[in-house]
Amino acid sequence: MNIAVTKASLAPAPNGVTTRPQVRIVIVGHVDHGKSTLVGRLLHETGSLPDGKLEMLQAVSARRGMPFEWSFLLDALQTERDQGITIDTTQIRFRTPSRDVVLIDAPGHAEFLRNMITGASQADGAILIIDALEGVRDQTRRHGYLLHLLGVKQVAVVVNKMDRVDYSAARFKEISNEISAHLTSLGVTPTAIVPISARDGDGVTERTANINWYDGPTVVEAIDGLTPARALDELALRLPVQAIYKFDDRRIVAGRVESGDIGTGDEIVIMPTGKVAKVKSVESWPQTPVFGRQGAGRSVGITLDRELFLERGDVIAHVKAAPRDTRRLRARIFWLHDAPLKAGASVLVRLGTMETRASIVAIDKAVDPGELASIETSSIGRNHVGEIDISLANPVAADPYTDNPRTGRLVIEVNGRIAGGGLVLSVDSGQRAIPVDIVPVESALRPEERSARYGHGGAVVWLTGLPGSGKSTLARALERKLFSRGGSPLLLDGDTLRAGLNGDLGFSPKDRAENIRRLAEMATHLARNGHIAIVAAVSPASDDRAQARRIADNLFREVYVATPAAVCESRDPKGHYAKARAGNLPSFTGIANDYQPPANAELTIDTSTRSVTEAADEIERLLAGTGVLFGELNDLAANI
Amino acid sequence: MDHLDELEAQSIYIFREAFARLKKLALLWSLGKDSNVMIWLARKAFFGKVPFPALHVDTQKKFPEMYAFRDQYAKEWGLDLKVDFCPPIEEIDPTLPPAARSAARKTEGLKLALAKYGFDGLIAGIRRDEEATRAKERVFSPRGLEGGWDVRDQPPEFWDHFNASPPQGAHLRIHPILHWTEEDIWAYTQRENIPIIPLYLSNNGKRYRSLGDQDITNPVVSNASNIDEILTELKGTKVPERAGRALDHETEDAFERLRVAGYL
Repeated sequence: MNIAVTKASLAPAPNGVTTRPQVRIVIVGHVDHGKSTLVGRLLHETGSLPDGKLEMLQAVSARRGMPFEWSFLLDALQTERDQGITIDTTQIRFRTPSRDVVLIDAPGHAEFLRNMITGASQADGAILIIDALEGVRDQTRRHGYLLHLLGVKQVAVVVNKMDRVDYSAARFKEISNEISAHLTSLGVTPTAIVPISARDGDGVTERTANINWYDGPTVVEAIDGLTPARALDELALRLPVQAIYKFDDRRIVAGRVESGDIGTGDEIVIMPTGKVAKVKSVESWPQTPVFGRQGAGRSVGITLDRELFLERGDVIAHVKAAPRDTRRLRARIFWLHDAPLKAGASVLVRLGTMETRASIVAIDKAVDPGELASIETSSIGRNHVGEIDISLANPVAADPYTDNPRTGRLVIEVNGRIAGGGLVLSVDSGQRAIPVDIVPVESALRPEERSARYGHGGAVVWLTGLPGSGKSTLARALERKLFSRGGSPLLLDGDTLRAGLNGDLGFSPKDRAENIRRLAEMATHLARNGHIAIVAAVSPASDDRAQARRIADNLFREVYVATPAAVCESRDPKGHYAKARAGNLPSFTGIANDYQPPANAELTIDTSTRSVTEAADEIERLLAGTGVLFGELNDLAANI
Repeated sequence: MDHLDELEAQSIYIFREAFARLKKLALLWSLGKDSNVMIWLARKAFFGKVPFPALHVDTQKKFPEMYAFRDQYAKEWGLDLKVDFCPPIEEIDPTLPPAARSAARKTEGLKLALAKYGFDGLIAGIRRDEEATRAKERVFSPRGLEGGWDVRDQPPEFWDHFNASPPQGAHLRIHPILHWTEEDIWAYTQRENIPIIPLYLSNNGKRYRSLGDQDITNPVVSNASNIDEILTELKGTKVPERAGRALDHETEDAFERLRVAGYL
């Protein structure tokens, strides 16, 4: 085997790490078509191999009684060397005259398609390799299709092993036409088609006499023709929230700018909820704050001019160019999981930093991209692609990938492991209006002004417990007590609100959740303005109460009115238990035992062992002890 | 954004994902140039605070300069430092070659620390360009119940979506600087003015490119006495970074065996 190659004609360029454009290239193709060999050859001919590596490869090959094998350079794992296949993707760097290249070697075996995708998803461009003897094969087509699906638009085709076909120009032409037709049908135009022999070095850095009929670029020239990924700065701002940090007195919203840019003073909208705020500052470390626009790719932290509830998975955008909020998506996906994806399946969808449960409503056009024959419409098999309709449990902010490649893609998780992924084709914006022109008006009074008058800060006192446990009675006593001390309490009784504001809601779990959400939103609004909102609501589901706690955040105080069920039923103030026992009150909480008691309530009270006055005193102590009530309280009643 | 800005932003993204998605994290601090950059990046990610412990799995065979560095900067950087020790060499698989056997102490030390604290995520400063099996790593890399790495069954990981649900009792390795090179590390150390251990700088014509245990790490010939000179040297050299690490060179698969068993 010829390893005495032409001496490296490309010395490593002496430029610094920060000045040269970097391009990431994935090499894909059918198994045994020569990817790893081409990589080894490229590294060698660009002078990028470390000292001793060539000798090490010779020794490794000799030990196995084999001719010299370039692929051992990247196939670092024992199994790979022993079986002569690449199992996992790897990355290696080299330099051409004008670029720093990160070369991603991806396995060709169908079995390791997930590893090929893992590698290719990071790439700006691709080299698709084809064996001149074997021609275009299943995996060639499959990889071509997946590049297209992953959004890799620049593909240079390399026709390898030309030595096996006597450097035949006619054979080259034949393969060129076939692969061009395939790629073009996918919307990808090959940037170059290069005849080479990776083993012997023809066409890699030099056009040798063997291929004197070819006058196009060499592989290295073709690589130099690929451009780094397009800047995402020109697109609309998308900042998916990774987390909210409160390590000190700042409340920092952290995330990466996926597209567009952001800066202090920007008016932003938080999707999918549509809340509006302004960027107060951009925080950083060690210097803070930072000024100037923060563009796509930056991991940033911002503070807002008002206290809004937002959470991981929200997307920050500019008010006039927000993504759509939706519970329905259509996506084109590839499937990597052993078990096929079936219509009706329950999965987890990740879109940016958002995660939500979802179900697959319908499957269309499931194909094996290697054969491109339509095979299924009710499931997508392993390593196949398909178009699906997804119904999401929670609303998400999403863009079609044609509008934004970063926020227009998703992955699907099964049993905690990524099982597939793909592009958002279209977004059904659902029923909710896009709230571009909702701008909350702030109160004329600052919360401190009210605090000074009332002697307390704002709070949400959330009384939860079985029907008849004494919530409303206790709430009224507390309301009276706080008011008589000069405070500003307000009772929000669950039943009372159902008579008006929440009159459209029934008692399904979904409606109950919405009922609690509205109660929590209203209570939080009051609390932010300095009042003490006393909520009395059965609120049986711990998830719903957790949502209320998230909405009210640090204003929330949960009081579990833990009166024994038997006592509650014997009281039956509204006659509900009697009706329910008679079978006339479906979905009544208490009889069916669907009440989920709180695990972390700030206070637990049993009204069967406490008088109403004692219980109200306990809540008052809770409020004083957690900083809601302060100063000398005026007991107005005492002065009468 | 320049190249270092891009690297930094990506690392911060990884740190924040790890912190958001795992319950009990620790950052492995080996005191070397890479893990110092890593701590610096963690402080960037979390606005000056490292919100999880820094764990030093100590072989007790590090250079004195490294211990001095640890004690000074753990305090200066406000780290929650945990130091745990490795079992003695006698307890390690005697079929391993000598340097690998010595290094395997660290794997065992790691397992003990994992069991002791119950971490579900260990953040480690490995880089793809260091070594060929590390080049195949995922950013979020699942480990089995015994700490092992199943190279044949790594989960798909694309578009910065990471698998973050280790099975009960297993853990994830998180690699926030996997995409950095040795040159990047030095250029960033210089730009950010991150403190370094003086052993990396030339002394009597030799310096350490990579710092491990005293008995299995050797210095390389070099006159580079500051970071500028190190960067110039790296641009010219074809000597691999881990040339001074004995354990990489004992047998063809010595390093792979270590890594599969849970080594970094």
